[in-house]
Amino acid sequence: MSIQVWTWILVGITFSLYIGIAIWSRAASTKDFYVAGGGVSPLANGLATAADWMSAASFISMAGIISFMGYDGSVYLMGWTGGYVLLALLLAPYLRKFGKFTVTDFIGDRYYSNTARSVAVFCALLISFTYVAGQMRGVGLVFSRFLEVNINTGVVIGMIIVLFYAVLGGMKGITYTQVAQYCVLIFAFMVPAIFISIQMTGNVFPQVGFGGMDENGVYLLEKLDKLHTELGFAEYTSGSKTKLDVFFITVSLMVGTAGLPHVIVRFFTVKKVSDARKSAGWALLFIAILYTTAPAIAVFSRVNLIETVQNKEYKQLPEWFANWERTGLITFTDKNADGKVQYLANAKKNELKVDRDIMVLANPEIAKLPNWVVALVAAGGLAAALSTAAGLLLVISASVSHDLIKKMINPNISEKGELIAARVSSVVAVCIAGYFGINPPDFVAATVALAFGLAAASFFPAIVLGIFSKRTNKEGVVSGMLVGILLMLFYMTKFKFGWFGGGTKEDWWLGISPEGFGTVAMLVNMVISLVVSRLTVAPPEEVQELVENIRIPSNAGNAHQH
Amino acid sequence: MLEQDKKRYWKQNLKYVGVLLSIWFLVSFVFGILLVDELNTIQIGGFKLGFWFAQQGAIYVFVIIIFVYVYLMNKLDKKFHCNE
Repeated sequence: MSIQVWTWILVGITFSLYIGIAIWSRAASTKDFYVAGGGVSPLANGLATAADWMSAASFISMAGIISFMGYDGSVYLMGWTGGYVLLALLLAPYLRKFGKFTVTDFIGDRYYSNTARSVAVFCALLISFTYVAGQMRGVGLVFSRFLEVNINTGVVIGMIIVLFYAVLGGMKGITYTQVAQYCVLIFAFMVPAIFISIQMTGNVFPQVGFGGMDENGVYLLEKLDKLHTELGFAEYTSGSKTKLDVFFITVSLMVGTAGLPHVIVRFFTVKKVSDARKSAGWALLFIAILYTTAPAIAVFSRVNLIETVQNKEYKQLPEWFANWERTGLITFTDKNADGKVQYLANAKKNELKVDRDIMVLANPEIAKLPNWVVALVAAGGLAAALSTAAGLLLVISASVSHDLIKKMINPNISEKGELIAARVSSVVAVCIAGYFGINPPDFVAATVALAFGLAAASFFPAIVLGIFSKRTNKEGVVSGMLVGILLMLFYMTKFKFGWFGGGTKEDWWLGISPEGFGTVAMLVNMVISLVVSRLTVAPPEEVQELVENIRIPSNAGNAHQH
Repeated sequence: MLEQDKKRYWKQNLKYVGVLLSIWFLVSFVFGILLVDELNTIQIGGFKLGFWFAQQGAIYVFVIIIFVYVYLMNKLDKKFHCNE
C-alpha cells in the first residue's frame, strides 16, 4: 500500500478514537470543564501532561533543530525537561493545595488584587495565543505533505477535531484524549528511531546507539564531527554559541516551562498534593523518553542526509528528495553546474537548502523504512499538535469565562451560564487559532521564544514568591510583573523586529540573545518584587494564613475532628 | 498540626528542595555547560562526557530527582501525619 493510503487509515483510526473518547467524557459542571472534576490519577495526569507539553515543535521540529545545531541544541533538551524539576519541587504541590481552577486564580487571591489578576489574564492569553498558532501550522504541514490536501484544508480539519473534544469535554475530554495521544505520538516517534538505530549501529536503544559505531567500526559522533569539519560547519559536539548565552537560554527555557499556564493547570486535576508531585515525576519520565531519543535521531538523520546527498548526482537521488522538493522545503540550485549536490557551510558555494522541520518527517523515508512507518509519523505529528492545541485552548477559554467574566465582570453568573461562556470562548479561540494557522504571522518562531521569555518574566517569580515569601505583597508583585514583562517585550521587539532603534548581535547586552533574556527579566522581576514588598505594607492576615495553609498538604483544621 | 510542627515540616521540606536543586544545577549547568570542555576530554564509548551530560545525562538525573523528592516527601508527610 502507498504512504498516502496508510496515512489515511492511521489518521482515520486515531481521529475516531479521539472523537469516541470526547463523547464518552463530556463535561457536566464547571469543575469538570476546568479541572476534569479534580479526580485524575497521577499516572493518567502524567501521560496527559506529557502530551500537553510535547507540541508540534517537540515532535516535528526539535530533532531537526538539534541536527543542525549540534551541541548548541542542548539548550532545548535541558531547558524543556529541567523545568519539570522546578515544577515538582517549587510549584505543583502548593498550587494543588491551593485548589482553584486557574493560575490566574492563584495570582488574584494570593495578591488580593484585581490589578494582579488582570496582569495575569493578559499574560496567560498572550502566551497561549502565540503558542497555539504554531500548533495549527504543524497540523497543516502534516496534512499537506502526507495527505496531499491543501494546507488550509488541513488546518480546518484539525480545528474541527479540536473543537469537538475541547468544547464538548473541556478539561475532562482533553485529559483522556491526551492520554491516547501520548500513546500514539510516542509509538510514532520511537518506531522509526529504533529501526534506524538498528540499521546504523545495531543497537535497539537509540539513546545508546548514537554513541555506538557504524559498520566500519567508526564512532558515529566522531564521523559526524569529521564530516562537519570537512564541509566547513562547526564541530557537531562543540557548537558555536557562547557559554554565557547557552547558560542564559537554558535558564530561560526551564523557568519559562515551569511558568506556562497550560502546563501548571494540569496539576490542578489530580486528587491530592502527593499526587501532584507524583504526576510531575510521571510526566517528566514520559517526556524524557522522547527527549533522550531526539538527539539520537538528530545524529542519525544528519549522517544519513550528508551521506545520501553530498557530492551525489542530482538525477540519481532517491524519491524522497523529489517528494520534499515539491513542498518547497528542500531546494537545490546547481551553482557550479556539475549536476551534483554540494552541501557546504559556505553560503556562496552551498547548493542545498533543507528546512529543519522536515528532518523527523523525512527521516523514515531517508532510511528507507516501510510505508506504514512513514504514515505512523504523520499520525504522531498530528497527535502532538492537537493535544497541545487543546490544552492551550482550555487556558484561553478558562481565562475568559472564569478569570474575566466570573471573577471580575459578573460574579453572579450561574454555573450553567459560566459553562456556556467557557464553551463559547473556546469556539472563538479555535477560530482565531485557525486563522493564525492559515495566515501565519512571520514572527511565529520569534514569538514562541517570546512566550517562554514572558512566562519566565511574569508567572514564575510571582508564583514562587507567593509560596516561599510570605512578605511579598500586591504592590511588589504587580510592579515586578509589569517591569519584567515590559523589559522582556522591549528587548525582544528591539532585537527581533528592529523597534526602538533595533540592533544586531553586537549590540546584545552582555552578549545575551533575546531567547536568553527571559532569565534577566525574571531576575529583575524578583528583585523588584522583593524590594517593593519590603518598602510597602505587609499582606493582610488572611493572606498570610493562606500561604501557611498551602505549605502543608493536609488541612490542619481536620486534625482535631477525629 | 501544631505551630512548631508546621515550622519543622516546612524547614525539612526546604532542606530537601535545596539539596535536590543543587544536584539539578550541577548536572545541567555545571556539567552540561560550564565545565563541558573539560569533561569533553573524557570519552566514554562514543560519547564525549560533557556532550553526553548536556544531551542525555542531565535528563536522566532530572527524572530521578523528582522521584526521590516524591519518596522523601511521602515519608515526611507520614511522619507529621499530614498525608491525605
